[in-house]
Amino acid sequence: MSALLSVTDAHVAYGKVEAVRSVSLEVGTNEIVTIVGANGAGKTTLLSAIMGILPLKGRVAFAGQDLARLDIEDRVAMGLGLVPEHRELFVTMNVEDNLELGAFRIERSKAKASMERVYTLFPRLKERRKQFAGTLSGGEQQMLAMGRALMGEPKLLMLDEPSLGLAPIIVADIFRIVGQLRASGVSVLLVEQNAQAALKIADRAYVMELGEFVLSGKASDVAANEGVAASYLGFQHEGENVS
Amino acid sequence: MNTTIMLFLVQDGITNGAIYALLGLALVLVFAVTRVILIPQGEFVTYGALTYASLAAGQMPGTAKLALALGIGAFAFDLFVARKALHARLIVRSFVTNIVLPGIVLALTVYFASEKPPVAICIALSLVIVAMIGVYLYRIAFQPLAHTSVLVLLIASVGVHLALQGLGLLFFGAEGQRGPAVLSGAFTAGTLRFTGQSITVYAITIAFIVGLWLFFGLTLYGKALRATAVNRLGARLAGIRTTLSGQIAFLLASVIGALSGIMIVPITTLYYDSGFLIGLKGFVAAIIGGLVSYPLTAVAALVVGIVEAFSSFYASNYKEVIVFMLLIPVLLLRSLAAPAVEEEKD
Repeated sequence: MSALLSVTDAHVAYGKVEAVRSVSLEVGTNEIVTIVGANGAGKTTLLSAIMGILPLKGRVAFAGQDLARLDIEDRVAMGLGLVPEHRELFVTMNVEDNLELGAFRIERSKAKASMERVYTLFPRLKERRKQFAGTLSGGEQQMLAMGRALMGEPKLLMLDEPSLGLAPIIVADIFRIVGQLRASGVSVLLVEQNAQAALKIADRAYVMELGEFVLSGKASDVAANEGVAASYLGFQHEGENVS
Repeated sequence: MNTTIMLFLVQDGITNGAIYALLGLALVLVFAVTRVILIPQGEFVTYGALTYASLAAGQMPGTAKLALALGIGAFAFDLFVARKALHARLIVRSFVTNIVLPGIVLALTVYFASEKPPVAICIALSLVIVAMIGVYLYRIAFQPLAHTSVLVLLIASVGVHLALQGLGLLFFGAEGQRGPAVLSGAFTAGTLRFTGQSITVYAITIAFIVGLWLFFGLTLYGKALRATAVNRLGARLAGIRTTLSGQIAFLLASVIGALSGIMIVPITTLYYDSGFLIGLKGFVAAIIGGLVSYPLTAVAALVVGIVEAFSSFYASNYKEVIVFMLLIPVLLLRSLAAPAVEEEKD
């Protein structure tokens, strides 16, 4: 399988402090790949660098093209989407406007169809379409952030901690939809502290510690690893199981 | 003071306030979208006014040449930035928008300047020239600094203001100019006399505010501008180029500035440096609006205009002082309401 996203020997630093060291990863077409790790391991930094928000040393290629000289907007146009941890919504604009702007770069006729698809995935957003994004609940905001990213018709969607701070029932819903994305042809790179839920839906996984990948492989193998089970799966809170 | 004088002052204040409202709205727009405190807004006023007055007097305004020179600079910037991945389409597009367009406008200006063109052509040419100057200035002076701090952008803004003011002296000389009224005639309503020019000011201000409201509320580009103002990173992640938003913001600001100048110059004599003070009054309104609120800025601009009119009557020597003193209680209240200043996040 040819890699849709390929990161080779990536280094990301905040000044002199290197937050990501010599990281390489691949995400294939129609694949869910997860990066699990503790808070501060460098997962969010890595996603931000892949998206072009932070400078990265190393090579990042998407659909065979080197991304080194491309802006965030160019990467979005190529089909790379990011739902950041803080969601970065347009809080004083309504749900419909947020979604419409997610399709800023695509044809208007396609945007309408995209919006219907997003409303099918997240019926709650349709009910709230005239409500300001800032007044939505945390779960609804997460749905809107994902919906906005999907409006741009990405080939690969990178999700940064989509379950953070959400009620278990909403988390289950979000992960169910992530699974549906793969079925609709969207690859997913999922960064998650909720390792149990992430490893359950992912095809492959990377474990990140202190800016480096310490383990990678099939998600089921990673989940079965004793070290991972002790470090990450053992600390899952009650009620965070994903159905 | 009797009622008639008071009504006159209020009328005068509203006329001036309407112009300050437009300038204040432009300042809020530019700051919200680009974080640039647009000190050269006043120069857009002066350039618009004096380009219009020069054309109406049958003189060639130097601003048309400046637009072409800045366009060449913008083209060079585009080429430099894209030097490692130059595409023919990009070069042609940049050449057309940065060199061919101002070249055509310069040719039209040379042609019409000797003919003493009608008012409509003077207005159209003045607006286009200043609009191009605004967009090219953004490309040259602000776009390369887009990701720096507000302070760096402010320093650039002051630099651009000083440069434009100096060029204004070069183009228009130290003598003041007045332009022909956009609409002549007058009518009276009770004790008040409304000139065609003051009606034009009201009509254009209202039309512009309604137009901006429709643009921001209904069009995709207007929404993209609002989105950039609300959340720059979010906008970039949605594929909205902040440089495009910046260009649109500067385009609108320069057109608003030029239009304001064209509305003022038949009422009062303008000099190459008059725009700074006019722009600053729009700035007072924008600050009262917290550089974020459009309605509050518009209302504050009317208050500024009315305070200015009354202080001209009672203490004309101190009118500017009184107007700028409006800022002190506002800043005091705002500093009490927001004691902590957050670091900028880019």
